[in-house]
Amino acid sequence: MTKPGRPLLKVQGLTKRFGGLVAVDTMTFDVHENEVLGLIGPNGSGKTTTMNLISGAFPPSSGSITMNGRRLSGLPAHKIAREGVARTFQLVRILPGLSLIDNVVAGAAFGHRKRWGLEAEQFARDLLERIGLGDQIHLPVGSLTYIDQKRLELARALASEPKVLLLDEWLAGLNPTELQDGIDLISQLRQEGRTIILVEHVMDAIRSLCDRCIVMNSGAKIAEGTPSDVLSDPEVIRAYLGDE
Amino acid sequence: MTQNGWKELGLIAGLVVIAAFVPIMTDGYWLTIAVTAMMYIALATAWTLFSGPTHYISLATGAFFGVGGYLVATGMSDHDISFWTMAAVAPLVAVALAALVGAATLRLSGIYFVIFTLGLAEMIRGLVSWVQNNFLGSRGLYVLTDFTEAHIYWMLLGVAAIVYLIGWLIERSKLGFALKIIGNDEGVAKHLGINTAAAKVMLFMITGYFTALVGVIIAPRYSYIEPNLVFSPELSFMVVIMALLGGTQRLWGPIIGVIPFILLWETITVSFPYSTTLFLGLSFLLIVYFIPNGVVGLIEKFWKRRDA
Repeated sequence: MTKPGRPLLKVQGLTKRFGGLVAVDTMTFDVHENEVLGLIGPNGSGKTTTMNLISGAFPPSSGSITMNGRRLSGLPAHKIAREGVARTFQLVRILPGLSLIDNVVAGAAFGHRKRWGLEAEQFARDLLERIGLGDQIHLPVGSLTYIDQKRLELARALASEPKVLLLDEWLAGLNPTELQDGIDLISQLRQEGRTIILVEHVMDAIRSLCDRCIVMNSGAKIAEGTPSDVLSDPEVIRAYLGDE
Repeated sequence: MTQNGWKELGLIAGLVVIAAFVPIMTDGYWLTIAVTAMMYIALATAWTLFSGPTHYISLATGAFFGVGGYLVATGMSDHDISFWTMAAVAPLVAVALAALVGAATLRLSGIYFVIFTLGLAEMIRGLVSWVQNNFLGSRGLYVLTDFTEAHIYWMLLGVAAIVYLIGWLIERSKLGFALKIIGNDEGVAKHLGINTAAAKVMLFMITGYFTALVGVIIAPRYSYIEPNLVFSPELSFMVVIMALLGGTQRLWGPIIGVIPFILLWETITVSFPYSTTLFLGLSFLLIVYFIPNGVVGLIEKFWKRRDA
């Protein structure tokens, strides 16, 4: 396994207001190279909004996001993708009208590390094999099970060889067997030394996958540290379970 | 390049050659119908270039077509500019218009885009009428050329063939792939690194160019041009109906839709000249309700069943 390296992504004073609601409130944190960072917190605490700000789904109200010193905040989503940020979505979003291969080629063709034509197809084939969809390659996308759709979406995100991968509740909605497969898959990505931010509710996954965790509540950061440290933090327990 | 792609192109080339003989085989009534059909084939194929993969229903056909026809008429009547010069200039004006409209509206999605494009044609028609009545004097605009119906037919055939070839090339390009992704999920497309606004505006401009060019070519047929004639919302709807009837998921779909619809339309206008709009609406409903994927969808379903 690769040790977490120098800071890759820097988030500073990140704030997002929707009208009067402050969804993300002056968040500041770094993501290091080869690190798996967990973003956790109760429902509605602003995790997905933070992911959306990083991927450029919408611009922040204030604050900045930089990657390797280059400013990402304020750029449109397609430029952020080209800089090397790829993501999956909270509710899986595959491309239903395209074949499995084309779903992955879609990730490779326009993003950070561009591939096209035969090279892209071969690359997509290899990725699908690696991610466990080798046998389903020629099936219609609509016939995939839920976890296979999630695998496909992950393959698409990996296809651009992103510098930072954003996984928004990638493990949500899986049954116990699938969940173990899913955790193994992400742990394999971790061993490859990828830099990942994951939003997750599954505590087993957080404990086994994350190098570090950031806990959010009501849009703000309330704790940061190793999974075991933050999960035993009284303020974090209070945020999840309320006062005794 | 797949073998099927070449086969498709070969088939279309064969059809173009056969279609080129139509004016030699016939004249009079059937040639008139053939010119109308060829006009709609070119328009519907140009429409499908943009609306097919993106699923954005554009009702701007009348606007672009009108820009072509009206500019030719103004240029020739008021400024003694030749037909060919105007044929070169007018489509470029339509491209500029498409870029402007595209930049303003393609960020909107779905229904807003449809309504805007419909409003656009109406607004331009009103504006042009107003300018003409108040500043240019309300005299007629004439497009007088030596073109026969056969000439017009061949020019339209040429445009239709070029539009098809361009569409065929786009379908196999990265731009075509990007449009397909946009049609599937525009939000995902953005996050994959696709500049969705640029891709859509680019295609909208290409569609605008050829739609205006058809308006230019057809203008000599009318001889006398006024804004209400060329900026026709009915034309926009006709093109959408024919494209949907044929099926928009294949580039050759609209061609299949145009021919039966033109014949049907001819029967309707002859038999019920005062209720054409009623039948237009009725056919729209029937097509969308019974064959949402068009004739192409029916054919492909049949093939699949036969293979299975």
